[in-house]
Amino acid sequence: MNSIINGPQVLNFSHLPSSWQARQKAAWEKYQKIPMPHRKDEDWRFANIQSIQLDSYQDGAATSEAEKKEILKQSQVSFPTAARLVFSNDEKVACDLINSDLEKKGVIIETVSEAIKNHSSLIENYFLKQRVALGSEKFTALHEAFCRSGSVIYVPAGVEIEQPIVIHQWLTGKNQSVFPHTMVVTEANSKVTVLEICQSTEELPGFVCSYNDLVAREGSRLTYVCVQRWSEKVLAFHMGASTVERDAYAKTLMVNFGTAFSRNENRSRLTAPGAQSEMLAMSLAHENQEFDQRTLQDHLAPSAWSDLLYKNSLNHGAKSIFQGLIRVEPGAKQTDAYQTNRNLLLSGEAEADSMPGLEILNDDVKCSHGATTGQVEEELLFYMQARGIPENQAKHLLVVGFLEEVVTRLNEPEIANYLHTLIEEKFERSEKIVWQKKAVSNSTASKTEVDVKALQGAV
Amino acid sequence: MSEKPVLEIERETGNFHYPERHQYDAGIGLGEQTIHYICDVKKDPEWLREFRLKALQTFQSKPLPTHWASHDLDNIHFEKIRYYLAAGQQPKRSWEEVPDDIKKTFERLGIPEKERKFLAGVEAQFDSEAAYSNVKEELAKEGVIFVGSTEGLHKHPEIFKKWFGKVIPTGDNKFSALNSAVFSGGSFIYVPPGVKVKHPLQAYFRINAENFGQFERTLIIADEGAEVTYMEGCTAPKFETATLHSAVVELVALRGAKIQYITVQNWSANVFNLVTKRALAQEEAEVKWIDCNIGSRLTMKYPGVVLKGRKARGEVLSIALASDGQHQDTGAKMIHAADETTSNIISKSISIGTGRASYRGLVYIPQHLKGCKNNTECDALLINTESRTDTYPAIVVRGQGNSVQHEASVSKVSAEQIFYMQQRGLSEAQAMSLSVNGFVNDLVNQFPLEYSVELKRLIDLEMEGSVG
Repeated sequence: MNSIINGPQVLNFSHLPSSWQARQKAAWEKYQKIPMPHRKDEDWRFANIQSIQLDSYQDGAATSEAEKKEILKQSQVSFPTAARLVFSNDEKVACDLINSDLEKKGVIIETVSEAIKNHSSLIENYFLKQRVALGSEKFTALHEAFCRSGSVIYVPAGVEIEQPIVIHQWLTGKNQSVFPHTMVVTEANSKVTVLEICQSTEELPGFVCSYNDLVAREGSRLTYVCVQRWSEKVLAFHMGASTVERDAYAKTLMVNFGTAFSRNENRSRLTAPGAQSEMLAMSLAHENQEFDQRTLQDHLAPSAWSDLLYKNSLNHGAKSIFQGLIRVEPGAKQTDAYQTNRNLLLSGEAEADSMPGLEILNDDVKCSHGATTGQVEEELLFYMQARGIPENQAKHLLVVGFLEEVVTRLNEPEIANYLHTLIEEKFERSEKIVWQKKAVSNSTASKTEVDVKALQGAV
Repeated sequence: MSEKPVLEIERETGNFHYPERHQYDAGIGLGEQTIHYICDVKKDPEWLREFRLKALQTFQSKPLPTHWASHDLDNIHFEKIRYYLAAGQQPKRSWEEVPDDIKKTFERLGIPEKERKFLAGVEAQFDSEAAYSNVKEELAKEGVIFVGSTEGLHKHPEIFKKWFGKVIPTGDNKFSALNSAVFSGGSFIYVPPGVKVKHPLQAYFRINAENFGQFERTLIIADEGAEVTYMEGCTAPKFETATLHSAVVELVALRGAKIQYITVQNWSANVFNLVTKRALAQEEAEVKWIDCNIGSRLTMKYPGVVLKGRKARGEVLSIALASDGQHQDTGAKMIHAADETTSNIISKSISIGTGRASYRGLVYIPQHLKGCKNNTECDALLINTESRTDTYPAIVVRGQGNSVQHEASVSKVSAEQIFYMQQRGLSEAQAMSLSVNGFVNDLVNQFPLEYSVELKRLIDLEMEGSVG
């Protein structure tokens, strides 16, 4: 079949202009030139590089009409939205402008392939113009080589979109791969919230290599939330770059539930005074899930503020890696930058690796970082148990409380409610796994008992 | 904010050197013949010759760690360095027997006075070999051994060989391999069970020859329940070309033992100071590294403790002062390898002018352990606009009941504080100095008295001319 390691197939891209195809070809050549990450690379320290095997993933299976119907049915959220985009295997399933005023105001909401044709200047100005470059340069090239789909959201100056725009990304079928691109540009004093929900139709392996370009122009407010709930057999790369200009406010939240191995790279560039960037993430991991997170707060201009909070709750044999860096350039005076990573280990096999870093090239700054790793406090558990709450429920409550700080910081009550239900869902999955394991070990235990009796009988 | 600070003053005490009269000189460059030369001169046993030759191979096969470390390392020309120099002297037991010019060197450094006051023993290393060493009689009576590493090797092989290279294997890194190949000098200390050495033992290292690499090797063993404090100081005169100092220090604290190791490093600003220091702490043992880096061009030093026994404790207190053109890349490593082990790292750095101070750390708690705790605090103070500071910690935690916290902050001297002090009649420089001393004060107070006084004075000197 069309394994992605054979390069982008002409078939899937024939509808795109030849200049785009040339660009993809160049990117593919670049991908082939860059070596695979090595365990000695500082950007890949502690990462389980062996899990990055791309041979089995295929490019471009079409989604059947019946599947599309089902996907559309599933692509719903319980709160009012301004627009909805739905993709399955990088193919557009729907693009609904729920709020029809938006078009009149000049808001652009379309797919990447539409934007290539209709708004080529947007693509020229912003598409992959900012690089994340925190170790996954090879995979950025891979993304560029295969990218044909994704969302382009452009908000003109002064336009405030109150309700969130929701993007649904679906992975359909076994060993399929997707390369979605999300571009959000907010012009001066505009405002938008974008929620991207990533999921698989079935619990099957697959490959994801996505890239975000977020640009918050002067005085605008841009909130981007990615809820990653791909199947737990998926291998995913999520790279995100944001540029925050004068007096603009950008807030990003990455929520990790799914995938077997996922690598998140996020870089926020503060390019002008008064820029504010809030980088949030929370992960709820169990079994052998591995979340590898690398971040950079890039202070290029004076008087900017950035604050990062990454929280990981790790159950069973899950592992998280956090490598963060605050970099303050020589001219970036009066920088205010913070970075916090907190890890909660719920089992003896879980592992949290933390590398919070600072590079300060200037004296007039306020910077700090903190990293902690610990367990659920025995005293709190005891307190709750003394009041009649069973142990596992008490633990559950404490984890919810642990993650709540991130949810609160998002300051979007409706999305917060949605996240709460997802947290519950993930908990149920974890519980189920524990019960299934117990059931298996019980059945083998009883079997051996029988064997012993049979043996005794024989004697 | 200021003009380029002038930082020449504080080096004056160390900036003098005497004409070289070395009887033994292994020549320039490194090869198997260098190793054979060193072995022959030092009358090394055969096993050590093999050890050195093997280490040389390891050194040559390992690349420089520039994938994470400073590219300044590329400026070390290993082929231009002299690896062994000695005046042919045996360590002298009394001050009178020490050759005059070497004596003058140490007198200028103030060693005999210090000894007369309260130091229990002094080991002074001049280029490759120990020039003078003495342990007060009562200590010797209790069985405390404090000699140069060569003497330790020859006279106490049963203890020396047992622990030599066990805490830091040859292949640990490129520079530990280099040291293993060409080491000479350094101290060997053994404290018998239950003996508590009240006064600190002291060693002094000095590089006197240009283009010379100093590779001392120190091994300290505190037997069960023993206690010892060891202090070392380092200086070098200013030469035109870069000089290399690459030491290996191994500490072994057996059950219930306590070792405190204090370093005040004030190499001149063209010394590459690449040192590997590690301790092994057995059950309920306690190892404390107090590390103060003021001099050198590039220092890379991450004292570590392997917490091997239950309830062992490791601590690193570190102060780094990076002035113009200096890079202090320091930190700590805490490897937890037993239950209920605890570790504490406190690091403070000050960057002046174009100085760069980096903290690099590793805290490792594997899966099968219970009740391990680590606390890490790194604070950095930046004095001038072009000053730089970095923090690169790595923390790995698995298992249950272990907790780790890491905190770091970066700040500058508050303008308000300076204003307040100036209002009360202090000059800006005095106010700055006071602020900086305040910043490191709680750490400096943990140093032995004569060092904390010295340190405060050094900081005052370094601060001079950095404000304006």
